[in-house]
Parts: sequence; structure tokens; C-alpha cells
Amino acid sequence: MLRIIEVEARLFVRDRLNSLFALVFPCLLLLVLGAIPGLRTPAPEFGGLRFIDSYLSSLVVFTLAFIGLQRVPTVVATYREKGVLRRLSTTPMHPARLLVGQLVVNFCAAILSVLLTIVVAYVVFGVDLPHHPLGLACAVVLGGAGTFALGLVIAALAPTARAAGGWATAVFMLLMFFGGVYLPRFMLPSVVQKIGSYSPPGVEAVQQAWLGSAPDWRHLAIMGLVSLVAGTVAARTFRWE
Amino acid sequence: MAIIEVRDLGKRYGPRVAVDSVSFDVAEGEIFGILGPNGAGKTTTVECVAGLRTPDRGSVSVLGRPPASVRSAIGVQLQASELPERMRVGEALSLFSSFYPAPADWSERLGLTPHLRAEFGRLSGGLKQRLSIALALIGSPRVAILDELTTGLDPQARRDTWSVVEEVRSAGVTILLVTHFMEEAERLCDRVAVFRDGRIVALDTPSGLVSRVDGSCRVRFVPSAHLDVALLQALPEVTEVSVVGEQVVVSGSENLLHAVTSLLARKQIVARGLRVDQASLDDAYVELTGGRDVADH
Repeated sequence: MLRIIEVEARLFVRDRLNSLFALVFPCLLLLVLGAIPGLRTPAPEFGGLRFIDSYLSSLVVFTLAFIGLQRVPTVVATYREKGVLRRLSTTPMHPARLLVGQLVVNFCAAILSVLLTIVVAYVVFGVDLPHHPLGLACAVVLGGAGTFALGLVIAALAPTARAAGGWATAVFMLLMFFGGVYLPRFMLPSVVQKIGSYSPPGVEAVQQAWLGSAPDWRHLAIMGLVSLVAGTVAARTFRWE
Repeated sequence: MAIIEVRDLGKRYGPRVAVDSVSFDVAEGEIFGILGPNGAGKTTTVECVAGLRTPDRGSVSVLGRPPASVRSAIGVQLQASELPERMRVGEALSLFSSFYPAPADWSERLGLTPHLRAEFGRLSGGLKQRLSIALALIGSPRVAILDELTTGLDPQARRDTWSVVEEVRSAGVTILLVTHFMEEAERLCDRVAVFRDGRIVALDTPSGLVSRVDGSCRVRFVPSAHLDVALLQALPEVTEVSVVGEQVVVSGSENLLHAVTSLLARKQIVARGLRVDQASLDDAYVELTGGRDVADH
């Protein structure tokens, strides 16, 4: 199993454009936005915070959704389409382990990207370190699990790798919208804000844990539920060839 | 001793019957060929032997046990199954060798050593095929299943691959070989099963199959003087005589040549431009499978 994770990690790193984008893009975006003085000034719309403070959770949403929905479904569907899974099923090792390896590597990449964002925010813009580290960890892990599980459902149901890519992009766009990546959340109608709090990866819980007190347990519970349901659907419907 | 036993195997996909009551045994150390047109059930049959599919009817055993329970003793090279584009040859070999207790390294003999750092997506068809063979053999299997081994290879690479197969066999591995190249079957296989519409229509040695063909021998010549065709037709060895321009074409059994030349000698006729054609496995195959889809792919 360790060998598989190692090989998958190498493949991840070798796909430079995608891996760099996943790891570095949120930080870059933060640096670019932070370079604009107006966005570094506290304002009442953000509850006395600066724009960049309020946007941190949306950056985390981007990271989790990008890896969970842009990478995972296409790689998994491509493995199936190219017969990689079929090839492995002729060996004593079950092909499911390859998928587990794939998920582990991508999950680690997502965590790394979030940590990087926390460090850059702290060092460059003096953003507080997460107020509630455990809560943030829960929010990121559960939100990530929910998003990855949605990605796996898409990989399981899509007939081809191309279709998987298309469907996943549509869901990705939608989650980015609700997560306040395109338009900052304060500009969104309150209904959309509400949906955003409950749709994976769960922007509200991340924001609360980072700069508020503690995440709302209901938000976390929803993420756990999404992971469970989507994970079960994916496992039930997955085709190996 | 039979290392593979297939009894009354049946498999259908929805309404379509892929394989219907197929039975055969493969002896240890044998190269057993499976021949037939597309859709004849070859791949389904070997997939059942490899333990990748569950038969609807009948039974399959490898080394006396169900195939799925002896997976590490079976090496499989499948049609249309690839590796991740960016995986390197060396990585694939070391990853796959980690699945088996006693891995064998065929990369040297298959000429893969200079390509260990090359990514799978950039390999030529021939190299992909050789890597696929190396991965099939990596677990030191007792049975190797090779499906359409040399499809897409150039003639030189094909011959090289054949010598690899012979080398694998001399290492004591039993081989189940799916092919649609008659030359390949003739050169490598000890016995061949010819499939048609999900059934075995013939099972014999390659030369045994050839001798089943009517008119397995054909003699053509231009007689130096007039020759009465009726005299030729009267010979017991002759099945058919035709005259094309000046040329006489006689078909018949294996002893045809001797019979025809004796007749000509008695009549003091010289046969000019004499040619003898022996039927090949190709002819046998066309006859057995109804001539469909021979040069496909």
C-alpha cells in the first residue's frame, strides 16, 4: 500500500501544472488581493474585519473543490477508461487500493495547500492563526471528505472520462459560487449565503473556526452526512471497467 | 496433467451468448492457442480462465482450484489495458513486483532496460506491448494468459516477441495464447482451439487442422502436349481439375503430386512451370470459421 501511495504521489507531482495550481493558486490569489490597499482596510461589511480576512474561507473552498472535483473524478474515470483498474484486477492486489492511494495523495495535497494559505496569511498579512484549530481541522477534513465523495460519485456514474470532467466542472462552478469564490459572500443574497454554509466544503464552518469562535456543529454534521451518503452511493455504483 | 480445465463453460451478456458450452484441457508446459474471428468468445473465455469474469454455466479450474483463488499463479496480458500516462516503465515494474512474493525481472530479456525512465504515454506500441508482457510475467506465474500479444507490432518485433514466448515456455510456464495470426499459431502453439460463435469448432495440433482441409494439396502446370482432363479426374487422389488458359490446376490429397507426375510420365508429357501449393493453417481457419473476418483488426 505504501508503494502505491508513493507512486501516486510521484504521478501527482509529475503533473506539474495541476499540482502547482492546486497547491499555490490560493496563496497567489491571496497575495494579489492583499496587494490592493482597499482590501486591507477593515470595513463594517466584514464585521470590522478586512476583505482578505473574510475571503480566507473562500480560498479554502477553492482548494478543496479544485482537488476534489477537478482532479479526483477525471483521474479515477481515466483509470477506468484506460483499463488501468482492469489491469490491476488481474494481480493479487485489489484495484480499490489504487483508488485509496489516489485519494490519500490528493487529500494530503489539499491539507498542504490549506496550511500554506494559513502561513502566508499569518506571515504576510498578519491574519490571526486559526482561533479554533481543532474546529478548523474538522471543518477542512469533513468538508474535504464531502467534496471528494461528490467527485467519486461523478466518477462512478459518468460513462466516460470526458463526461466525468464535464459534470465535475459544472458542480465545481456551482460550489465555487455558493462558497463565495466568484463574488465575496457579503455581496450574495442571504439565501445563497445560507446554501453556501450547508454545501460542501462548508465555507461558513471554515470561517467560524478560523476567525470566529467555534464552527457550528450543524454545519459539520451536514458535511459528515454528505460524505457518508455520497461515499456510499459511489461505492455502490462504481464500475471497475 | 491438466493445469487448466474448462468444462462446459457458458457466459452471456444480456441476450447475447458470448460463450456456449466450451470445454478444453491444457497440459502443463503446453502452449495452447485460441483462434477465431472477432466476437467468437475468445477473450471472454480467457477472462473466465483468468478469474476476471464469473461464468454463468460450467466450471473453470487452474491448478485444480478456482482461478480467483490462485491469482498470483496466473500472469495476464490483456488487450486494451493501459497504465497511467505519466507512470515510468521502471515505476510500473517495481510497483507490480511489490504485489508478488517472488517477482521475476523480464525487463532485460524484453529489451526494456534502456527505457526504464520513459513515461508509459510516450512508449511506442511495441514497447507498451513488451512492458505488458513483462508485467504479466513479473509474478513468476505458472500459467500465462497472453491476449492478442503481437497485434500492432511490426514483423521484426513480432518475431522477437515469439522468441520471448518460447523462452517463457522453456522456463516451464504454461501459456494460453489468444491470436488471430495463423503464422503465430503455427509457429508457437502445440494445440489450437478454433472458436466460432462462442463454441469450439475444432481442437487439434496446427498440422492436424491443416490435414482436415479438402484439397490440402494443389498442383499447377502447363502440359507440353495435349492432356485429357478425364485421365486426371480418374485418379483416386484427385478431387478437382480445372483448366485456366494453358494451365492445368489439380487439387487433391497429400499424395497428389506423385500420382500426377506418374501419369504425366506414362503419357510422356512434360509439366512446365510446375508448382505445388500445400494448404496452410490459413486455409483450415477459413474453412472452419466460414471465411468471415480473417484479416480483420
